[in-house]
Amino acid sequence: MLCQLQFLTKNGIYDFWNWFDDRTWYPLGRVIGGTVYPGLTLTAGTLWWILNSLNIPLSVETVCVFTAPTFSALAAWATYLLTKEVKGTGAGLTAAALLAMVPSYISRSVAGSYDNEAVAIFALIFTFYLYIKTLNTGSLFYATLNALAYFYMVCSWGGYTFIINLIPMHALLCIVTGRYSPRLYIAYAPLVILGTLLAALVPVVGFNAVMTSEHFASFLVFLILNVVGLVYYIKGMLTPKMFKVAVTLVVSAGLIVCCAVVAVLVALVASSPTKGWSGRSLSLLDPTYASKYIPIIASVSEHQPPTWPSYFMDINVLAFLVPAGIIACFLPLTDASSFVILYLVTSVYFSGVMVRLMLVLAPAACIMSGIALSSAFGVFTRSIKFASIGKQDDAGDIGNGVTQNHVVKPDRNEEPPKEKASRKKKKEKENVEKAPTAAKKSERRLLMLPMEASVVAILLLVLLGAFYVVHCVWAAAEAYSAPSIVLTSQSHDGLHVFDDFREAYAWLSHNTDVDDKVASWWDYGYQTTAMANRTVIVDNNTWNNTHIATVGTAMSSPEKAAWEIFNSLDVKYVLVVFGGLVGYPSDDINKFLWMVRIGGGVFPHIKEPDYLRDGQYRIDNMATPTMLNCLMYKLSYYRFVETDGKGFDRVRRTEIGKKHFKLTHFEEVFTTHHWMVRIYKLKPPKNRLRGKTKKSKSKPTSTISKRSATQKKNPWQ
Amino acid sequence: MAKSSATKDAQALFHSLRSAYAATPTNLKIIDLYVVFAISTALIQVVYMALVGSFPFNSFLSGVLSCIGTAVLAVCLRIQVNKENKEFKDLPPERAFADFVLCNLVLHLVIMNFLG
Repeated sequence: MLCQLQFLTKNGIYDFWNWFDDRTWYPLGRVIGGTVYPGLTLTAGTLWWILNSLNIPLSVETVCVFTAPTFSALAAWATYLLTKEVKGTGAGLTAAALLAMVPSYISRSVAGSYDNEAVAIFALIFTFYLYIKTLNTGSLFYATLNALAYFYMVCSWGGYTFIINLIPMHALLCIVTGRYSPRLYIAYAPLVILGTLLAALVPVVGFNAVMTSEHFASFLVFLILNVVGLVYYIKGMLTPKMFKVAVTLVVSAGLIVCCAVVAVLVALVASSPTKGWSGRSLSLLDPTYASKYIPIIASVSEHQPPTWPSYFMDINVLAFLVPAGIIACFLPLTDASSFVILYLVTSVYFSGVMVRLMLVLAPAACIMSGIALSSAFGVFTRSIKFASIGKQDDAGDIGNGVTQNHVVKPDRNEEPPKEKASRKKKKEKENVEKAPTAAKKSERRLLMLPMEASVVAILLLVLLGAFYVVHCVWAAAEAYSAPSIVLTSQSHDGLHVFDDFREAYAWLSHNTDVDDKVASWWDYGYQTTAMANRTVIVDNNTWNNTHIATVGTAMSSPEKAAWEIFNSLDVKYVLVVFGGLVGYPSDDINKFLWMVRIGGGVFPHIKEPDYLRDGQYRIDNMATPTMLNCLMYKLSYYRFVETDGKGFDRVRRTEIGKKHFKLTHFEEVFTTHHWMVRIYKLKPPKNRLRGKTKKSKSKPTSTISKRSATQKKNPWQ
Repeated sequence: MAKSSATKDAQALFHSLRSAYAATPTNLKIIDLYVVFAISTALIQVVYMALVGSFPFNSFLSGVLSCIGTAVLAVCLRIQVNKENKEFKDLPPERAFADFVLCNLVLHLVIMNFLG
């Protein structure tokens, strides 16, 4: 990621689009422009360029570090705007304050978290804001801006499909519930056309913007919207009786056409093997899909379904406030508030499928809780105010009326004219107004709570907010402040720092040749490229499943087969991460079953049951011979018994199955201080010719062969 | 019998539609003509694609989408300048037209880029 930005700032945008990176995915290389969402890189590049043209000399790295915090501030601003459109300024401010602290988003917006989601969440909220704004005003100008914001979202993150499905869903909801308005047409129709064209401009999306099923919903709703718009137009022109005649005529003819079109569409979609849906989206709709068919998606821990504690950790008290917010959105239900409800419901569903999408839920939860909190505060403070004002009767009349207009009807559309009108009325004919104000007052009395109750409730709400703040600060400090590459652990005798990753990468960059290829599981690909500056076989951009499967196969093969695979890939060093000595749970042995599954998905001779004893994954003496002989086991546990004499693995909490063994095709070249990273070198192929000359037993050659034999034992002395 | 009543109904409908449409102001009629023209151009392109094939797919896509986009934007403009729409009473037609021009500008810049 960082090197992309460096490349961009050094070579310019055109070279960036055509950049072919041969330092990763050896021997394939990777076309960066076509396989990466360029939003983050372009944003950071633009920031850097602006700062530099203002003569503020910041390094590229500094800009990278501060991109995410900048955009989290912008996201809070966008949340304010969106909630303001839905429920007024107070709710907007509360929602922005909540979003500024929500732990789920902190995980992506801390300084140094240089990730797509950092800018994408801002783009998401801002797109929604512009959609709501267009819906409320019916202005084509905002529709244009909306399409551009959508373009930015498409640039930044694959999650843009969420937008292009949510907005059609909302449009459809409006049509079905009879809320169609010309404003809806202006908000939706230009967005689909412009958005599709703009999305097709991004190389990684390309023609997918019109070819895959994720986008079909938007086109279908576009057609429906056009038809509905036409129907409403004709309805406005005709008398009701003639309209009935027209409907009967058109429906009978139109039904046939519709059936034909739907049949063609279904046939088209059904003819493609995956039904036109890409894997990631299918795994959203059917949570079991990924684990069934695509191990590489299921293997990422962020793609697993979340647990209940993670909801509490990530959105905390917001989870309890959200239902109240939904209720507040129904009083009164506007187009905007129905959109927010829909956003919340869909994002709750999606976050239940993938823990990573908790990030999409967080803004929705913040908006809902902001609405809930602000309307609760509104009710309580109003009742306190009226309780105090009610005593001095006549003075309250005018003031109350105005405040009520302010608080009870925060619908932005209708507020200004009504407020003005009511003020005017009051000035002109106060006497006539007396009766309705009295009625209003009694109504208000009904809504009023006792003073003590509302004071207590406000205190409780403030306490709840304080608890939320405390939790957020704690989460930010505990979970998200430490760098993930340097690990720490707190034990009874103080703080331990495990700096093994940097140690290993430093060793690689100092002791190996620049053009050496390093093989590791793909989790460590970006790190190896960035920190050790060595070519890797696979990396975190998992664009080629087969290549990853090759590495997985090598890791799960016996030593000789693995050596052949690695040798054919021109690999010099193999890097494994091993946590058995210090108890680091996310090491390669724990990820190993995924390597077997991914490898087995492409190369059928790797079978998962071979590595399991009675369906259990184990590495002790009950483990299967395939498991004990595979490369990953050997590389992880080579010489492990020398540490404590027993070979006790602290992660799996067992003694390892095979303790004393030698490596024939690999040799250990480096093991870090806590054994967390172990680096092996592929031995050069044996020299066959020497073996033959040894048989001929001529004296000088035998001495050479003897020397070579001793060399073979320890060729690096 | 049923058929003749249906045709009669259709005729009556046609007449009332025509008389209702005759009342629309001329500027709206011009916009309608523009929309019809854009949609028919899109249809011609689709038919051509069906006959010849969609090889430079981006050209086809940008051609059709530019027509549909133009039509959609014109419809939006028509909605905004239509006096019968109460919602857009306080929106001056000049502002509506300016928005329309801006949106068209963006649309066609994108299309020129996409045409490749």
